[in-house]
Amino acid sequence: MLKKKKINVAVTGLNAIDSPGPGVPVIRALRDSKLFDVRIIGLSYESLEPGIYMHDIVDKTYQIPLPSAGKATLMERLKYINSIEKLDVIIPNFDAELFNFIKLVDILKKELKINVFVPTLEQFEERHKSNLPEFGKKHKIKIPKSKLIFNIKEIPALRSEFTYPVVVKGKFYDASIAYSPEQVATYFNKISAKWGLPIIIQEFLHGQEVNVTAIGDGKGNTIGAVPMRKQYITDKGKAWSGISIDDKNLMNMTRKLIKSTKWRGGMELEIIKTSEGDYYLIEINPRFPAWVYLAVGCGQNHPEALVRLALGQKVEPFKKYDIGKLFVRYSWDMIVSLDEFEKISTVGEL
Amino acid sequence: MKLKKNLALSDSGFVFDPSTGDSFSTNPIGLEIIRMLKEGKTANDIKSQIIKTYMTDDVSFEKDYYDFVNMLSKHNLVEGVEKEKN
Repeated sequence: MLKKKKINVAVTGLNAIDSPGPGVPVIRALRDSKLFDVRIIGLSYESLEPGIYMHDIVDKTYQIPLPSAGKATLMERLKYINSIEKLDVIIPNFDAELFNFIKLVDILKKELKINVFVPTLEQFEERHKSNLPEFGKKHKIKIPKSKLIFNIKEIPALRSEFTYPVVVKGKFYDASIAYSPEQVATYFNKISAKWGLPIIIQEFLHGQEVNVTAIGDGKGNTIGAVPMRKQYITDKGKAWSGISIDDKNLMNMTRKLIKSTKWRGGMELEIIKTSEGDYYLIEINPRFPAWVYLAVGCGQNHPEALVRLALGQKVEPFKKYDIGKLFVRYSWDMIVSLDEFEKISTVGEL
Repeated sequence: MKLKKNLALSDSGFVFDPSTGDSFSTNPIGLEIIRMLKEGKTANDIKSQIIKTYMTDDVSFEKDYYDFVNMLSKHNLVEGVEKEKN
């Protein structure tokens, strides 16, 4: 039997909450690996991220500074963590932290010998929600009509360009459907207070939302892709259960996009399939989704492939996946001692 | 009328459309009709088969059959509705 290679992997996104981060499913995928024997180092931002307390999932957790602290502060913290843990790979799982990690890719490799396989800065920037219309034109992909607004005074004029309802989106997160200018104003205030400006107004498309979790090798090859349809959606719009589907058009679109962008790393595509059978890209998330473990269940271990790519190994593309596999999420109350909570809150390690 | 080729049917009457992820339940006669449609049988073939096996007449069969077929079409289980795109 093949002896598993021991590696130390740091993972962020331990917030397995109602709007879950991808950290815990990414770790589960790595624990299922037939190639690697992983020691998992959790990197957390808050003391109540559930992954911190899942000791069969995460071996040790360190708090890291919020993305707003900048890359130098993050680098200092990673130097400290690496001095103890000797990290081989870091897998960042939040959109908001990616900018700092992208900026640190070379220096982490050179100074600390840590491998990070993330999109390039250009890939990361051009797929921003606010840049999506240009992205669509460049890569010949249909995008719903969108407009950026910076001021509440621009709302009345939207009526001449859009038919209600419209989708009101924040530049990083959040999206709400507004049926009137008054509702647009309400969401404008709510979302801009949290995520800043601009606000994106997007045409509302009637159809079915389908999603793809995928991984590109940075040379234009799709290493793996699994499409899913949400079966049960929470009031935050998150999939609480979903099913893998067989949609060749969706797979063609994914491969075309990865080839055209030479995408590097994990990604999630959010797509609306209209009743006419047209596919509109509504969002690209530059990291694995929280449902990435479904891909593992379907026979494609994307996080394992990402680690192999990060380590510079040649990875052959997956050729198939199981269709009709479901994931059903659940919540679970853990009992945590005050000592543990105190330790992560004060010392920043557990 | 042609049903989607890749529809998965189970003996219990569970119908799964792998291209959309939709699933449905049908009764034994519905399952029998779907199976015959999948085999490429025409409406007339199906009518003969059903009338031979069950106590029903032409008019009742046609009414129920076309209701059922409309439902299949409405649920996008019929082939040719979607085009393959690049």
